[in-house]
Amino acid sequence: MKETNALLYLDNVTVSFDGFKAINNLSLYIEPGELRAVIGPNGAGKTTMMDIVTGKTRPDTGDVLWKGEVDLTKEDEASVARLGIGRKFQRPTVFETHTVEDNIRLALKADRGVFTTLFAAVTGAEKARIDELLNLVRLTARRHEPAADLSHGQKQWLEIGMLLAQEPELLLVDEPAAGMTDDETMETAKLLRDIAGERSVIVVEHDMDFVRMLDVRVTVLHEGSVLSEGTLDHVSADPRVVEVYLGR
Amino acid sequence: MASALRLMLFAGLWLGLTFGGAHSGFAQTNPQLTPLLEKLDTRNFKQKADAVAAIAAIDDPMVVPLLKTLGAGDLYRRKSDGTYFRAIRKGSAFALHDLVSGDEVETLSKSAVERIIVNNSMRGQIDALLGSLTLRSADPKQRLSAAQSLLKERDPSGLNALEAAIEAEEQDHIRDVMIAARSAIVLYDTSAAQADRLEAVAALKARGGRSMMSLLSGAAGDQDPEVADAATAAAAAIDKELQFWALGQNVLYGLSLGSVLLLAAIGLAITFGVMGVINMAHGELVMLGAYTTFVVQDAIRSSAPHLFDYSLLIAAPLAFAIVGLVGIAIERGVVRFLYGRPLETLLATWGISLLLQQTVRSIFGPTNKEVGNPSWMTGGFELGYLTITYNRMWILVFALAVFAGLLLLLKKTAIGLQMRAVTQNRAMASDMGVRSGMVDAMTFGLGAGVAGLAGVALSQIDNVSPNLGQGYIVDSFMVVVFGGAGNLWGALAGAFTLGIANKFLEPFSGAVLAKVLVLVFIILFIQKRPRGLFPLKGRAVES
Amino acid sequence: MAHSSLIGRAVAARSQAFLLVLLAIAVLVPVMNLAVPAGSFFHIPSYGVSLFGKYVCYALLALSIDLIWGYCGILSLGHGAFFALGGYAMGMHLMREIGPRGVYGDPILPDFMVFLNWKELPWFWHGFDFFPFALLMIVAVPGVLAFVFGWFAFRSRVTGVYLSIITQALTFALMLAFFRNEMGFGGNNGLTDFKDILGFDLQHDTTRCGLFVASILALGLGYSICRFVVRSKAGKVLVAIRDAESRTRFLGYRVEGYKLFVFVLSAMLAGVAGALYTPQVGIINPSEFSPANSIEVVVWVAVGGRGTLIGAVLGAIIVNGAKTLFTGWFPEIWLFALGALFVGVTLFMPKGVMGLLRGDGGGGAKIKLLLEKLGAARTGRMLR
Repeated sequence: MKETNALLYLDNVTVSFDGFKAINNLSLYIEPGELRAVIGPNGAGKTTMMDIVTGKTRPDTGDVLWKGEVDLTKEDEASVARLGIGRKFQRPTVFETHTVEDNIRLALKADRGVFTTLFAAVTGAEKARIDELLNLVRLTARRHEPAADLSHGQKQWLEIGMLLAQEPELLLVDEPAAGMTDDETMETAKLLRDIAGERSVIVVEHDMDFVRMLDVRVTVLHEGSVLSEGTLDHVSADPRVVEVYLGR
Repeated sequence: MASALRLMLFAGLWLGLTFGGAHSGFAQTNPQLTPLLEKLDTRNFKQKADAVAAIAAIDDPMVVPLLKTLGAGDLYRRKSDGTYFRAIRKGSAFALHDLVSGDEVETLSKSAVERIIVNNSMRGQIDALLGSLTLRSADPKQRLSAAQSLLKERDPSGLNALEAAIEAEEQDHIRDVMIAARSAIVLYDTSAAQADRLEAVAALKARGGRSMMSLLSGAAGDQDPEVADAATAAAAAIDKELQFWALGQNVLYGLSLGSVLLLAAIGLAITFGVMGVINMAHGELVMLGAYTTFVVQDAIRSSAPHLFDYSLLIAAPLAFAIVGLVGIAIERGVVRFLYGRPLETLLATWGISLLLQQTVRSIFGPTNKEVGNPSWMTGGFELGYLTITYNRMWILVFALAVFAGLLLLLKKTAIGLQMRAVTQNRAMASDMGVRSGMVDAMTFGLGAGVAGLAGVALSQIDNVSPNLGQGYIVDSFMVVVFGGAGNLWGALAGAFTLGIANKFLEPFSGAVLAKVLVLVFIILFIQKRPRGLFPLKGRAVES
Repeated sequence: MAHSSLIGRAVAARSQAFLLVLLAIAVLVPVMNLAVPAGSFFHIPSYGVSLFGKYVCYALLALSIDLIWGYCGILSLGHGAFFALGGYAMGMHLMREIGPRGVYGDPILPDFMVFLNWKELPWFWHGFDFFPFALLMIVAVPGVLAFVFGWFAFRSRVTGVYLSIITQALTFALMLAFFRNEMGFGGNNGLTDFKDILGFDLQHDTTRCGLFVASILALGLGYSICRFVVRSKAGKVLVAIRDAESRTRFLGYRVEGYKLFVFVLSAMLAGVAGALYTPQVGIINPSEFSPANSIEVVVWVAVGGRGTLIGAVLGAIIVNGAKTLFTGWFPEIWLFALGALFVGVTLFMPKGVMGLLRGDGGGGAKIKLLLEKLGAARTGRMLR
């Protein structure tokens, strides 16, 4: 294994489905506390990259290291989550029949073993943390309603709340602004910036305005590998990026 | 003394009968036979055997029926006059039949007749004698059966007749049997020359087959070590060859079972594979196809019996249409409300299967219906040591034809294109003007129609009853699951793999355990490859 | 907060009421059988006690299905296998208890073994003469089978209809196997001609009432266990798995562990149900393994309302009561009715009787939903 200080380290990762290379020699390093935006056209491999990091997809070749020591390619989704990597899906996925409060409670950092949860009672600390998170994602008023009754934007927020409840060291956030109003989008950008520093965040996004709001280092993916990396202005000026986005 | 008296009595009566011009009897036509027949009536089997041999030497058309009757143990002597008849037990009495014409003459009580008893060795002798007697018959069938019986009995006394017959025989396959019979006789004749016997071993080995093998292994303990060794080696060689053929036969059985599975599963592969719909009523749709065949045959029997051989050709399109319509009705009436809820679809279609079963039971009754095989579906033929029955063969052909037809339909026609489009991307297909509701109904109807076709074929080999479908549902799901949903080729590979695997396990474990083992295998297999042999890959499948 | 405790109290009240009703039945039925004179309107004949006892066993079986299907989305079409295995375990004990009173009078071998000319007891029959051992096997055999099966299936993420189909294959394979005489479980005929249980004559009214009460107690206990599980945090995880399995994984829950736990628990409950069923019905044979039986249980749960424990119990009793009446009056109709029930419940009553009682998902709302679905069917399939 290679020496690295990066929190997340992807090196020369390749994965193909039926001969189609979804990820091709991808290398990516995320430092502790860093907020990174990943952009790219459809089919660039953004979601597949997240699948690889979270243990859903196994790469054909390449290294994926967590804190320079844990080989993530050997872990399944649950282990990866327990290591401290949280993921928010492109389409908001919350537990629709559970109440908003229960959604947060299930996500709270705690022992996830069957027999522990079987006999678990809500502690005061847990309750306080749930209150705090509900407040943060502005769902306190709706805490007893089933999550199914929330609006699309509220579900996005709930899912972000669940992500925070896990207290992960790295958050993978897939298109958080989709379906949000402008105000909500702005709030989300602010929230993500607040989170960064304490935790690392990777945001996958289509919306350039949102990326501009984040004001961070940007990685452009194309056909499964990194096309360009730098500030948004830097990558926007990169002729290859311009060609990929406009040239077809 | 007693026998002398009987002789006088017999002669007297015979004279009387002759002069009286009574009904025909063999003794009238050939006086040479009379003293010999008389010798049959003794307890001394040696004497009897000599008499039989002497009778066989007489050239008379009566000899063969007489010996046959004697060999079968049906020869009786009428005590009143000493004449011989073939007697058939009728309750406590016996009906006497003339030996030549077979006409019934009269019925007598048990005490009025006496049976001419033969022992085992005599029976063998008679078979062999009959064999050489009929070796020169004009009827090839008789010649063949004569040669076969000689082969079985290996009576050295038939050798000369056999040699002559081999010279004269013109039909190759009969001559082969005769040569084998000669070889068998020579092989077991310890007085024959060693070279001849070794040649016989080679000839028997060349003929091959199970009976030759047992002939050869019978000679394995021969006093002559060279003959014994040659026979042992030849038997082993035949055994090896036979095992190879048995393997082939097993493959054939497997293919046959596989074709049945393919027929039952292929419609399911469309509804389950292409549409993602679990149709638990699929077996009942097969059953409806079988009942369609029954109704068609019933109508033909009563109104146009000469068309019976065409009944399946008439039933097949009808079954496709009728069952296809039932399928469309199920899709429009129930299934379409449950898309996206596969478990509910499963339950609802199970309910439909109960409804269909009970409907058929109420109309046709719970018992098996007689569905006949047309003449071209009956019988079979042999290919080497393989036995192939016509119905199994035609079902295999039919299954492959249905498979090819479906493949063409999906790949080459407009409706096939639309089906695939809707499968892959419903929203986009609708945007491009494909009426997805219509396509759903058509796809489901197609799957059902194919089930109907399967029913026509299965009516030929299975009991047509309301429970017909239940027997196939688990198996056909296994085929689709094993092969991989969404892939017709998967169904093909799955059906034949499972069919052959089943038939290869059967000799070791028995039929039931073989089935259990195959099920257990699939349960384990699906753990390893949850999406079957030919899975659809990619991200889209996961979500 | 007040809101949630209110709901909590209402739910608690309902389950207490349910347990009280069970208790009342456990007292009333034996009294009406034993103490009320035979001519009275309130008298329950002995066959009635056994019949009700059978329903109670079915209710426990339905509960076990509801636990995995209603709360965790695992549709088992092979739960009859666990029920039958529990039944066979009990049947084996009852066979051993016959002792030398069998037709052939062999002190050890059951009649069918003597008939098959077996000389000694197969190894797996040993110990069943000891009642506590039989009790252990009643939960252990289904539990171990469920564990092995589930361990393979859940670890390799066999889900949805695929899982349903292989559970069906499991029970089908067991049925074929148990039909074989060589298996040592009585082949076709199964185990029958039981004489007594723990020394009590099975034909006797008090024994029947005792078994009935035992069944009710088992149902009450099973209900309480299930209720404890579904109301715990683990229960919420189960529902989370049902609604969004992959999301649950990404939260760090080991889905296969939860599924395995609930599947094994459910199989054990089914085993207990089967064990109580056998002495009350007087026979256990391979047809209990038939896939049709297992799938019928699922419809009981659907009728009662899946995802509600009381619904499963109600469903089992309603459908089986109807079955008894129908098959008595017009046997022809029963399969029509059952078939229609499958179709009708899935189409019009997805929440079952409990849904109707609560007022959601009934009448006009249902028709509106169907109309929506007509539209949704065109676009919604992508979500599948």
